[in-house]
Amino acid sequence: MSPMEPASSGSRRIASRWVGLLLVAPFLLYVLTFLILPLASVVVLSTHQVNDQYHVEPAWTLDNYRRVLDPDNLPILLRSARYAGLTSFFCLLAGYPLAWFIARHGGRHKPVLLLLVMLPFWTSYLVRIFSWMTLLQTEGLLNGALLGLGVIHEPLGLLNTPFSVVLGLTYGFLPFATLPLYVALERLDGTLLEAAADLGARPATTFWKVVFPLSLPGVVAGGLLTFVPAMGDFVTPEILGGVDTLMIGNLIQQQFLASYDWPFGSALSLVLMGLMLVSILAFLKLVGSAESLA
Amino acid sequence: MNHLGTGRSRGPNWILRLHALAVYAFLYAPIVVLVAFSFNADHRNAAWKGFTLDWYVRLLSNETVHRAVANSLKVGLVATLVATVLGTMAALALSRHRFLGRGLVGGLVFIPLVVPEIVMGLSILTFFLTFRQPLSLYTVMLAHIAFCVAYVVITVRARLAGMDPSLEEAAADLGATPWETFRLVTLPQILPGVVSGALLCFTLSFDDFVITFFTAGVGANTLPLTIHSMLKFGVTPEINAVSTLMLGCTVTTMTLYTWMERKRSGG
Repeated sequence: MSPMEPASSGSRRIASRWVGLLLVAPFLLYVLTFLILPLASVVVLSTHQVNDQYHVEPAWTLDNYRRVLDPDNLPILLRSARYAGLTSFFCLLAGYPLAWFIARHGGRHKPVLLLLVMLPFWTSYLVRIFSWMTLLQTEGLLNGALLGLGVIHEPLGLLNTPFSVVLGLTYGFLPFATLPLYVALERLDGTLLEAAADLGARPATTFWKVVFPLSLPGVVAGGLLTFVPAMGDFVTPEILGGVDTLMIGNLIQQQFLASYDWPFGSALSLVLMGLMLVSILAFLKLVGSAESLA
Repeated sequence: MNHLGTGRSRGPNWILRLHALAVYAFLYAPIVVLVAFSFNADHRNAAWKGFTLDWYVRLLSNETVHRAVANSLKVGLVATLVATVLGTMAALALSRHRFLGRGLVGGLVFIPLVVPEIVMGLSILTFFLTFRQPLSLYTVMLAHIAFCVAYVVITVRARLAGMDPSLEEAAADLGATPWETFRLVTLPQILPGVVSGALLCFTLSFDDFVITFFTAGVGANTLPLTIHSMLKFGVTPEINAVSTLMLGCTVTTMTLYTWMERKRSGG
């Protein structure tokens, strides 16, 4: 509310309070009922157990969390982290030079170049991942092109591999890495680069000693924004992956829609959220130290 | 001013240009192939065998797809309408009124942005089943409103932040009732924000797969769910045709959204 409010408005202020509550009440009730209450029920459910008759009953146990670390499940967890890490890495690797190009050489085309990065993100993720299925299948375009060029003599089995899953994830989240990198590089002071060059630094030296440290907040933000959603994704491994590339999202989905072990599925999803929270906090800490360095 | 890159301004070097070109190609190749193959006569979706509209003609007689489109539109419109009203009210409260728990509500807005979609989907599923609510198209609508409403709050709030509250105060001082002030002063000013919030909502709802996947009942298939189940039977050009139509719908609403946002920032 404005600090320049008329002095006579004491009663109006009280009325405003009630109007405010009234206005926010439907939203609040809705979000509490359909988001917060369900999330809380997942927390409760994660302490329950499935009995011999396949009924979920309260057990007030932490067994479900212990099962997350079972030899059956732990590898899937680690694999998710590995795929998400690789996705982040490739997104940054592809996004950094692109962001540099747009920020430093985009000129008046900057808005269009940025829009072109974001546009695919607005279209259905499912549809775009499906399109990769077409490209990567045994009789697909990629194999066709490679065979035609004589690079390979037999079609490669590209689908249902770690390659196709990480490729799909990288494709899906690349815009998330590019945007924060762009923001970091765009506000970089160009005179610093000129100064470095004038003082005899070679381009590579300028990059590693000046540019990269200053862009670290963007690198960290881009890494986080790709790592977190990649970690929880289940559509990409489901469509482009196979049995050997299951990620934690698939495991959660199975508990709810196939094996009906909801308590274990709940525990898994809370572990997933916990892992995300930890990585967010770790990344934020990194940003903090990166910014104090810069 | 746009040649700060190398210090010795020689423009972008060719490796950088080539890289940018390659990344854009990577981003757009699947979309171009998707659209192109929806007009491809080859039923295996592998090589170009000539132009055809067959796949679209087939869609005309595909009852499943018709029902899916109708369901998606129903869900999208209902979710957008409710979320826009609730979200706009909350945005008004948050930026124009001081009340108990304002900070808490401001924080709640970000929940759908930080909770992974899969967790949101399954938690709403458990909630419905705990209260013995059978899944249907209505449960999908309820879930969509829940994750869309935050985006409306954020969009409208941004618009309100850029608005001068003294106009509303002047109206009130001149004797307008709160409703009149809202209808005649506030609403016309925030309308672009409300419309772009609604467009964003519709796109999110129309494209959503994960949350719908968990909350849809039998016979409540939306377009993304239908595409997903078609995928199970392998890649067919018919999926390309449906996907292309869906792409067209999203691109249209998002173009409108960008245009509204631009008009907004342009003043």
